[in-house]
Amino acid sequence: MEKVDNKDLEKKFQEKIDQDIKIEPNDWMPDNYRDTLIRQISQHAHSEVVGMLPEGNWITRAPNLRRKAVLLAKVQDEAGHGLYLYSAVETLGADREDTIDDLHSGKAKYSSIFNYPTLTWADMGAIGWLVDGAAIMNQVPLCRCSYGPYARAMVRVCKEESFHQRQGFEVMTKLAAGTPEQKEMAQDALNRFWWPALMMFGPNDADSKHTEQSMKWKIKRHTNDELRQQFVNVTVPQAEMIGLTVPDKDIKWNDSKNGYDFGAINWDEFWQVVGGNGPCNQERVEARRKAKENGSWVVEAAAAFANKRMKKTA
Amino acid sequence: MTIEKKNWPLWEVFIRGKQGLNHKHVGSLRASDSVMAIKNARDVYTRRAEGISIWVVPSNMISASDPCDEESLFEPSQSKVYRHPTFYDVPDGISHM
Amino acid sequence: MTTKEALYKYVLRLGDDSLILGQRLSELCGHGPILEEDIATTNISLDLIGQATLFLEYAGSLSNEFKTNDELAFLRLEKDYLNVLLVEQPNGHFGDTIMRQFLFDAFRLPLLTKLQDSKDNTLSSIAEKALKETKYHLRHSSEWVVRLGDGTEESHHKIQESLNTLYRYSHELFFVDEADVLLQQEAIIPELDDIKSQWSQTIKDVLEMATLSLPTNNWKFEGGRMGRHSEHMGYLLAEMQYMQRTYPNMEW
Repeated sequence: MEKVDNKDLEKKFQEKIDQDIKIEPNDWMPDNYRDTLIRQISQHAHSEVVGMLPEGNWITRAPNLRRKAVLLAKVQDEAGHGLYLYSAVETLGADREDTIDDLHSGKAKYSSIFNYPTLTWADMGAIGWLVDGAAIMNQVPLCRCSYGPYARAMVRVCKEESFHQRQGFEVMTKLAAGTPEQKEMAQDALNRFWWPALMMFGPNDADSKHTEQSMKWKIKRHTNDELRQQFVNVTVPQAEMIGLTVPDKDIKWNDSKNGYDFGAINWDEFWQVVGGNGPCNQERVEARRKAKENGSWVVEAAAAFANKRMKKTA
Repeated sequence: MTIEKKNWPLWEVFIRGKQGLNHKHVGSLRASDSVMAIKNARDVYTRRAEGISIWVVPSNMISASDPCDEESLFEPSQSKVYRHPTFYDVPDGISHM
Repeated sequence: MTTKEALYKYVLRLGDDSLILGQRLSELCGHGPILEEDIATTNISLDLIGQATLFLEYAGSLSNEFKTNDELAFLRLEKDYLNVLLVEQPNGHFGDTIMRQFLFDAFRLPLLTKLQDSKDNTLSSIAEKALKETKYHLRHSSEWVVRLGDGTEESHHKIQESLNTLYRYSHELFFVDEADVLLQQEAIIPELDDIKSQWSQTIKDVLEMATLSLPTNNWKFEGGRMGRHSEHMGYLLAEMQYMQRTYPNMEW
């Protein structure tokens, strides 16, 4: 291979990005681009997998057979999404199990929404509707992300995710139209998940350290605040439609920006939860760590078996 | 090939969507052997009836062209426009061609 | 006992086996040994809950006071559930889960195959659908029994222990009472002789490949088919029935 100047390669790389040509696994890419992607995609994958836990908490207690099957299928999809994403991470030369170990050691992060507890059945509705709703809003632009395998994984994820949001909204709708007890349960879930859902879009643009570079690389297409605003705009009327109230007294339609004004987010809480002080941080990571630890003898057994069989046929 | 104790090999997965179509690459997964790889592929990549046939290939068995060779490999064929039917003029009134 | 009463009882037993095993497997969602296996286990759980939905719907239509499948699934007393003790046993470690599944699948496959020829059309059509799923389940569980049995020393030891513990529960799969006899006479359900010999053959073949041996202790546990369960059952039901018991008569 000819020796090429890095500066030159970097210029060509950026030109490709500017022309909306996708970057594929074997293409040259700046180390920073690779590292950013490994970090972002693996954290995204971890979020899918850790995200199985709060909803998994209610599978065995789902109120009827239909809801049980739907929830089970939904949570299983999250595992699938995790896998699509880990598969994209591996195209960058990172090892899936290494990134998982980073999750277990606390080095790698995941979406902090999953550190909130699921206390009632209505939380299954709130999560599907709000959390998956916010996730979709984040993820749809990622289908056009500059890195091919990530973009393709996101296309798959987004296609599957829309059922998730609908089933959640259906749960909420049913509760909101049910007995006073059920309606109260729905409102309570909305109260608890509304603000954490808004925090899912990340810090305000002014405080977001990765945004600028990620936009230039087209890993990111919209800023955190843009997406958050869009989420508020579509979700507030949905809540009204089913007779629930978003827990923010500052919500008000603003004609001049063609969107809702909304109250200040408690960023202190956000950073505390990111930093490990959410109500369920320890339980979530512990559950995942235990799953891997308890499964290690199974992984080893299958490897040993495969090796024996290969020897036999060789 | 010996499989690592703690980490199963990576497999690339190809799915035939329906009879008459090619197998298409959809992603990868981990499995200890090919039997398991096919089953895992079924569970991971065809949960919504996306396929009727599965291929799995150990990722490290795939040889790929080098992106650095892109120009020398693929650009020469771009100038051979005469390989495409649109290169030729067909007089008006001529059909079935 | 009328044919209808006998059929109600029989379909309930089929439905309860699927329901309780599906419930047990659903506990594992998010906690599997590796992500791919997590997804596979959940698929099996989903199949079983789907089967339970169909069986219990049919059972409900046969009951004297018409019941929905949800009423049957969530609002019976423990003694009215008729699943075998095997399926209510806790998940334990992965070897326990797989062995429980294997002993069950190896029975279900020949049973459903024969049930396809039932004179009862509803039963035969549910069996036909469930059979396709069960073929896959048995492949999955038997492949894992072989992998673990012939894997490492540790895995061999573990899955042998699982077999030793769970084998005692497998005899109940062949439980027969007057309801069964009546339905067999009317060619609604099959005789069990062939099914038992197929089951034994499957067990023998797979254990041989897995380098495992049948336990010498041949003690038999039974009771579930008559509504007499193990201590585990109460907790399983408390969890499963939580919503319906706490908030009676509501729609979800």
